[in-house]
Amino acid sequence: MTDPPAEQVHAELARVVREHAGRLTACLVRVLGDFAAAEDVVQDAVETALRRWPDDGVPDHPDAWLLTVARRRGLDVLRRQELYRDKLARMRGPVPSEPDDRLKLIFTCCHPALPRAAQIALTLRAVCGLTTAQIAAAFLVPEPTVGQRITRAKRKIGEAGIPYRVPADADLPDRVNQVLAVIYLLFNEGYLPTAGDRPHARDLADDAEWLTAQLAWLLPKQPEVLGLLALIRLHQARTSARFTPAGRLVPLRDQDRRRWDHDAITEATRLIERAAALRRPGPYQVQAAIVACHAEAPTWADTDWPQIVVLYDMLLALSPSPVHRLQRAIALHHHPGTRGGPRNALADLDALTPADRKTLENYPLYHATRAELLRALNQPEAAQAADRQALALTTNPAQQALLEERLTNS
Amino acid sequence: MKYVLLFVETEEFARELEAMDEAAREAAFEAVGRWFAEHAAVITHHAHLRPAETATTMRLTGGDALVTDGPFVEGKEVVSGYAEIEVADLDEALAVARTWPACPIIEIRPLT
Repeated sequence: MTDPPAEQVHAELARVVREHAGRLTACLVRVLGDFAAAEDVVQDAVETALRRWPDDGVPDHPDAWLLTVARRRGLDVLRRQELYRDKLARMRGPVPSEPDDRLKLIFTCCHPALPRAAQIALTLRAVCGLTTAQIAAAFLVPEPTVGQRITRAKRKIGEAGIPYRVPADADLPDRVNQVLAVIYLLFNEGYLPTAGDRPHARDLADDAEWLTAQLAWLLPKQPEVLGLLALIRLHQARTSARFTPAGRLVPLRDQDRRRWDHDAITEATRLIERAAALRRPGPYQVQAAIVACHAEAPTWADTDWPQIVVLYDMLLALSPSPVHRLQRAIALHHHPGTRGGPRNALADLDALTPADRKTLENYPLYHATRAELLRALNQPEAAQAADRQALALTTNPAQQALLEERLTNS
Repeated sequence: MKYVLLFVETEEFARELEAMDEAAREAAFEAVGRWFAEHAAVITHHAHLRPAETATTMRLTGGDALVTDGPFVEGKEVVSGYAEIEVADLDEALAVARTWPACPIIEIRPLT
């Protein structure tokens, strides 16, 4: 019998830690009444687990194991401080878990009074059980930088009185959107990292999917949560067709659609329907519907472009953004009607407001899209120039390879 | 927990206030009065500051006291008043600030 590949062991470890660490942090925050102390002792237990489990094997009851280590560490840290004596006593017995705890923890980590980078780092560490080193590696920032962000954020939570509770009903939709924004950033970083040698950092995308699933379970009546979950699962259902074995990015048009996970696509579209039944449309639901249009098309040629353009119009009404305008132009390019085609799409891009254009000028997809449109309009030189601009802007190795190939072959 | 809400005026807000007729200005002041009445239970202390032109800043460096005219930051946004409130946590402080009917910026600072 051979040992399972290291990657598999790593994935299993990540799954177990993710499942238990956040839950433990969440109930310890309640039991101790101290966010920073709870987070510290669990982080320490996670680091110990990551050192020991690869050799000793994952224990039968990972949650009890983590609590035991956290408790021992708690003894070390807390007994030095008089103040913590009674807190420590509360850690002696079994720690009862309440379903709301993890939700409270997520809302604390994603509180709008914290800077975005800290929200992301804190969510990954406290809720998903990543170590500071793993977060630093995922975002290619020095470990002390991540450590400092977390320390500062925890200090602010304590000193500014950021609460550990589910927001009041009136604030809930806003606060849920804050959480979703953090998760969506995580997902995008995992789906198409801005840098690094791995073109596809799977872990963060999985963490984002897991977080959204937790949130959907805890907040079943928030349609945007279901929308984001559908969006993430639709993207993930196509993962295996997005890269060649050599790690080269395959554009949607050229993907082998038989390799998509069609069961997962069907399930994700059910989530969109569940969200729609709540009758509060939002940007994530519409984006999921757009991706579903692509995922359900049997071939590139069968894509329902007019429907996609209509959905982009909805999306722009809900959340005007230059990136969505760009994506609408891409859909318009393929729209078979008289409104569509490359000329209309290019005209739309040329009609962008100066502010929108300024934002998009830094966005590789904007230039790559212009290149495609110009090529379709028989302007190869302008197209080459646009592709070169795109290449100069992208830091993702898979995208770079794709653009280089296009520049050589056209 | 105790927080101070620092009310910050912008040039644009000052211009809008300037452009108001008597009745509109009175209505604006009444709205502020109502806000203080509504939140009287959590407000422990509050004050309105005279305009920034009346400010004097002293900088103590190396034993010297340098006195200059104007507020300590040169800018288009100036603190125009404050209210000290006592509430359970930051979310409650934010909820109080959320209903403030006058100047457009509020800095929320916890007290020690």
